[in-house]
This record gives sequence, C-alpha cells and structure tokens, in this order.
Amino acid sequence: MSAHHSATTASPVEAAIAATKTSGAGALIGYLPVGFPDLQTSIDAAIALAENGVDVIELGLPYSDPVMDGPVIQEATEVARAAGFRLRDGFTAVRAITERTDVPIVLMTYWNPVMQYGVERFADDLVAAGGAGLITPDLIPDEAAEWLAASERTGLDRVFLAAPTSSDERLRQAVEVCRGFVYAVSTMGITGARQDVDSAARTLVARLRDAGATSACVGLGISTAEQVAEVLEYADGAIVGSALVKALADGGVSGVARVAAALAEGTRRTK
Amino acid sequence: MSLRSETGPYFGDFGGRFVPEPLIAALDELTEAWELAKADPEFLAELDELNRNYIGRPSLITEVPRFAEHAGGARIILKREDLNHTGSHKINNVLGQAILTKRIGKTRIIAETGAGQHGVATATAAALFGMECVIYMGEVDTERQALNVARMRLLGAEVVSVKTGSRTLKDANNDALRDWVTNVETTNYIFGTVAGPHPFPSLVRDLQKIIGEEARQQVLDLTGKLPDAVAACVGGGSNAIGIFHAFLDDSAVGLYGFEAAGDGADTPRHAATITKGRPGVLHGARSMLLQDEDGQTIESHSISAGLDYPGVGPEHSWLASIGRASYRPITDAQAMDAFRLLSRTEGIIPAIESSHALAGALELGKELGPDAVILVNLSGRGDKDMETAGRYFHLIDENAVQS
Ligand SMILES: Cc1ncc(COP(=O)(O)O)c(C=O)c1O
Repeated sequence: MSAHHSATTASPVEAAIAATKTSGAGALIGYLPVGFPDLQTSIDAAIALAENGVDVIELGLPYSDPVMDGPVIQEATEVARAAGFRLRDGFTAVRAITERTDVPIVLMTYWNPVMQYGVERFADDLVAAGGAGLITPDLIPDEAAEWLAASERTGLDRVFLAAPTSSDERLRQAVEVCRGFVYAVSTMGITGARQDVDSAARTLVARLRDAGATSACVGLGISTAEQVAEVLEYADGAIVGSALVKALADGGVSGVARVAAALAEGTRRTK
Repeated sequence: MSLRSETGPYFGDFGGRFVPEPLIAALDELTEAWELAKADPEFLAELDELNRNYIGRPSLITEVPRFAEHAGGARIILKREDLNHTGSHKINNVLGQAILTKRIGKTRIIAETGAGQHGVATATAAALFGMECVIYMGEVDTERQALNVARMRLLGAEVVSVKTGSRTLKDANNDALRDWVTNVETTNYIFGTVAGPHPFPSLVRDLQKIIGEEARQQVLDLTGKLPDAVAACVGGGSNAIGIFHAFLDDSAVGLYGFEAAGDGADTPRHAATITKGRPGVLHGARSMLLQDEDGQTIESHSISAGLDYPGVGPEHSWLASIGRASYRPITDAQAMDAFRLLSRTEGIIPAIESSHALAGALELGKELGPDAVILVNLSGRGDKDMETAGRYFHLIDENAVQS
C-alpha cells in the first residue's frame, strides 16, 4: 500500500486527510515538539490543536542535531532537552493525546534515535501507544530498508520527503513508498515562517500528482490562514510548524489554540 | 581484494547518505562530477599544478632523532604537512573541491571549521578562485582560534559564529548543512574531513591520499624499507586516512590513529569516538559516534579544536572493525607534553591536533623498540595554537620564562 492507493489504504492519516476534502478544502497538519515547554504542557497543547481544527498532529522528538530545523524549533527542542526530555516521553505523549482525541498522530524524528532504540522495538512501542506513523526528515527511502520492513509488519504510516530538486525517478519512489502522505518540501530550506510560500511547491505537487500521488501535503514556511488556503488549492494538506511553536512559546496553550483556530480558517472551502 | 579500492557509499556497515531529500540532487551531482574529474587529465593537471606551485608539494619528510630519543630510540620520521601553504593538510582537499565547484558551475562556497584550518584553506581557495565564501565556526572555537578567524576575514570570507548546541565543530556542521539545504542552487559545500554523507568520505580521501603516496616513496628512499608503523591524529579522520591509504595493502605496516581523550577516555570529557563510541548516524553517515542511550549526540571535549568532534569518518570505523587500523586515546596533557617536546628538541612547533599523533608515536616507539621506523603525519603547524599553549604553559605573563 502506498500514498497512491487511497481506495485500499488502511492508513488513518490518509483517511483523515481524505475526509477533509469532502468537508472542506483539505487538511491542516500541526507540528509541536514533545516536552516543550514541559511534557504535560506539550500534551495539552497538542490536544488544543485537535480541538481547534487541526486534522493530523505531528509530534516532534527533540534531537541534538536537527539539521532540517530553523531557529524557532531549534530553540524549543533545546529547551525540552535541557528540561530532561527522554525518547520514551514521546510514547507517553502519544498515549495521553490519543486518550483524549481521535485525531491521528505521527511522530517526526531524526533517524539516529530510532536506530538506537531499535527500529522494530520503536515501531512496536509506537503502535502500542496509539501512534499512526513516522515522518523521517533525514532518512531517504534508499537507506530505509529496516524501517520499510518494520512499517510493513506493523502497518504504521511512513512519510518521506519530496523536494523541488528531486528527480522524477525519486518522486516516483517517494510516492511508491510513502503511506499516509508525501511530505512536499515547499521551498529549498529549513523550517521557519516565510513571507511567501514558494511557487516551487505548486510545481512540486503537480509533479507528485504525475507520479501518482493522491495524498501530498506541503510543509515549510506556512504561517497564515491565507497561505494554508493557497496551498490547499493544489495540495491535500498544509503543514504548519514554527508558527505554532512560536504561539505556544509566546502565549501558552490558549495562545496556540487561538493560532490553530485562525489557521484552520484557511481550510474552509471558499469556492 | 585491495583495501584501497573502496569508493563508498558504504565501507562495510558504515557510510551511506542519511540526509534530507533536498540535498540528494546536490550529492548526486557531486558524486558524478567527481567520478568524471578524477579520470579527467585536464582536472588532474590543474590540481597537480596547484599542488606544486601553490601548496608547495611534495611536502618534505624530516627525521627527528632528538625527539626520538624520548621514544625508546625508534626512528621517527615526520611527514611535513605543516609546511603546506596555509599551514596544514586541509588545503590538499580544498583546492580539489574548489576546482570541482568551478566545474559544476557554482559560485558560492561554504564550509564548517573547528580549528579554523579548514576554514582558512577554504577562504584561501575562495580568494584564489574569486568565489563568495561563508565559513561556519562554533562560538567556542572562534574564541580559542581567534587568529584564524582574523585570517579568514582578511582573505575575504564571512565567518558566522555558531551559538547553538555545544558551540563547536558539530554545530558548525549543522549550520553549514542548513545553509546548503537553503542555497544549494548556487552553493557548494566544501566538506573538511572524511565524514559526512557520500561522496564526501571518498572524495576527501581521494584528495588527501597524496600524503601517504608521497610519504611511502620518501620513506622507502630514505630507509630502504617501509615503516613499521604509521601514526596520525584523528578528528574526522582526513589527515589519518590521507597518510594511511597508500599503506592499506602493506599488511606488515601497522596503522595507528590517535583520538583526543581530553581529560581522559574514562572521564566524561573526551572526543575518543572509536575508543568509546558505538555505531550511530550523525551528519549524514553511519559511523562510530559518542551518544547517549537515546541516540542524542554527546558533546565532545578536547584542548584541540580540530579534534573536538563526537563523530568520525566511516572508513575509519570500517578499518577499526576489520582490525586493519588501531585507534587509541591521547589526553590533553600527553598531547601538550609532546607539543613542547617537539618544539624543544627539533625546533618545530606542531599543531595541537598533530601533537596527539606525536604523543602516540612516543608510546609506539617504546612498544616497538629501537629497530622500529615510525612515520608520523605532522598534519599542521602550531602558530594558530600559540594562545592556547601560552595559557597552558603560562608563557604570556609578564615574568614568564621557558615553560
Ligand atoms: C592540523 C590539523 N590536524 C588535524 C585536524 C583534524 O582533522 P582530520 O581528522 O580530518 O585530519 C585538523 C582539523 O582542523 C587540523 O587543523
């Protein structure tokens, strides 16, 4: 099963994204790191996302060397690590959030922590906690044999990145192996709010469609409801990270709830 | 099969490309460009010309008998990479990659640096080739290698002081990767060591192996035989693989890499990656790594900025795993003793990085006995380290005397 076989997929993430297209313009996917500013607040904040229009929760596991992340997420994950974040807190958070909401949760994690935990063990513990899958920013399908096998066995979703610079062949491979959605990197760069979401995203999603993608979500640089609406003109979901993390840092759980609700305005069908 | 024929992406279980997808096209482009370049007589002629008339290659070998008296009487021969233009082996790699940058049509180069030697070499190449240049350097390192920061700025490079994480080499590496992801269309990343994603481990190795190829012949000419042991310091591992590579198939030649043990390999403050680490992924490659139970990278510590790195190149992890090379820890104190000893006995002030290899050679000489010949890679000179040494040996106070 893969992101181009939506009719037969059992992926809760793909189903959640598909459902938003009958009720609205597409999905809002919200990112927050586990353990920021502390474990309980990060759990409450994720639930606030779910209660304010976020369709899929992306929970980041803080890591010492986050090369895909910009300053806002770097700072938040450094706070979480300084406060004693442990990998097992990720499963605690997933369990606590799934107890209070049906919105599916994917973990966003760099690869070394999973490798050290043990890929099979990590997959089993994620299933047991009620998680739906993994987004792996520094793992390409070419290096992912162990994870492909573990996700096949457990049915977990696996989300790999597609970039404007990826060849057609690599896009086909991404569509083939992704389950849940393909993460289309909107622009060349790292996480962080931007003025304009690149037109490169529109072209990339069109190329992913040509490669057979039925579930493609755009991330990096999206921070306003207008940008969400613009992305949902051509993509199945819009992924927001730094803007939510900043809202949580500045305004706590109620602050992040407000920003999530405002972003969700962008998912309403306008035409 | 020859141990010299490995080209990556994997060296045994080590290596690979653990990087975000946006970088794959650039890595593919570099891999292909390097395959073409290394077989292209025009490229090789341009590199050879720069090696001779800009770097000053071949570098000398120098026998150091007064130093060797402290090494059980073994013969010790230094490969003088310290005499290269810009003061270390780093320039060998940078000029090759700068020509490659020109060939793939990019105009901006970036690099990470620890001691500043790779940054200085890259800034030098940027000046020589008329390219825009940005160097990422941890804030801690900009302080302990302030002279090199000034050199880079004088050469026209922008130096970015990295304030995240441990504020040393690994964090400079992270920021350089972030810059590359963002600016990959115009920018080439000139990686400074044999770590990182494929093709860097083999590309940098190919550009550094000239050290061992020259030295192997020079030692044969001087002594009539191959050395018994070859010693080098290991940060990411480029000077070590550079001198080891020509000897990989000479099974009678012992290969010894010396890692920075800081306060001691059994204390929490060290950078002895192969001695104390276990396999993991950092900066794009699977290799030995200093990490905690959760796979979070542990901050390394060394008096030497160039060795202060919690990872190591995958080819070294492989050579260690098959037993072809041995890796040993050398403490700050051992390295600083060797730093002073070479200065006093031979009139050569080594880089603190290279002093780890010298301290290792003192140990090896005592083990191997007076008939042994030990070739040591003197990877750089100590000018950049005078402030650290001045503080360490109290040389800069008003009433200072000989240390
Ligand atoms: C003189 C010198 N030797 C050694 C090193 C360590 O690097 P590598 O292990 O790649 O040779 C450095 C790094 O800055 C250096 O400046």
